[in-house]
Amino acid sequence: MQKTIGKFIERDTNKDHEFLIINFSPTTLPLDKKWRNNGLTAVFFAEYLSAFFPGEDEASKRRRSEVKGAVDYIANELLENAMKFSFLAHEAAVQLCVVLKPKMVTFYMTNCVEAASVEAWCKKLNLLIMEDTEALFMQQIEDNCEKNSGSSLGYLTMINDWNVSLAWKFEPFEGNEKAQQVTVMAHLPI
Amino acid sequence: MEIKHEDYTVKFDSEEKKITCEGTFRLTSSEYIAILELLYAAADIKLDVLHVDFTDLVFLNSSGINTLCKFIIRLRNNEAVQVKVTGSHKHAWQKKSLGNFKKILPSLEIEFS
Repeated sequence: MQKTIGKFIERDTNKDHEFLIINFSPTTLPLDKKWRNNGLTAVFFAEYLSAFFPGEDEASKRRRSEVKGAVDYIANELLENAMKFSFLAHEAAVQLCVVLKPKMVTFYMTNCVEAASVEAWCKKLNLLIMEDTEALFMQQIEDNCEKNSGSSLGYLTMINDWNVSLAWKFEPFEGNEKAQQVTVMAHLPI
Repeated sequence: MEIKHEDYTVKFDSEEKKITCEGTFRLTSSEYIAILELLYAAADIKLDVLHVDFTDLVFLNSSGINTLCKFIIRLRNNEAVQVKVTGSHKHAWQKKSLGNFKKILPSLEIEFS
């Protein structure tokens, strides 16, 4: 059964003319090399899309720099999350699609997660939709002072600092009940 | 005190009362531990003023934001110190995320070049 959190909008493949997709196996490289590849991939997406914002006057340069910085940050965070939380990594590829529209860049990050972890994860994601994310950020950074695990700040900073709207779609993973496929949608207004 | 890596440098100069972060912080949580130790060591000297310069820090991921927030919380808990942060509009993340530090430590000054 499919489940969504937030306002998930499917890609319109008939209308999306400008997009990039990268698809790869998360097990091809060891973690440190994968991490480096996340960076290379994010920078590539950012450089490529920034070319669609030409102009040499100060306002154009500023806009290009902002789009580039935003795409780099968001693509990098989505890829890092997909790498950290991928399940059945040997069977399920990771895919990032970035769609460019006149006033919006939309990211679709798809990977496979452990079905048993989905319920607890959904509770946390619902907080991002329902609660004051500025207050959640402050709470999270105070909590993080006590531990050395992941920061849990990726989604919060996308929402608060970059004005991104997030939504998630969970679907069964064909052939394995222990897994679910998750697609994170991130709308970045530009 | 200094940490030098092919992608980044973190330096603390106690005479100048200045921390400088340069390059690209695109690290895993565990890779930030050494950086955080340097920052905590600088914070715990309890200088009267401290200048933190991010002008040439091109990129910062969320684990990096977490690391720097921990450092700012440490400075806040140590009281007394007056913190000045400098950044640049050249790097989009600075305009978007540096303001988070002021939410933790309202007396912190941010100056953009």
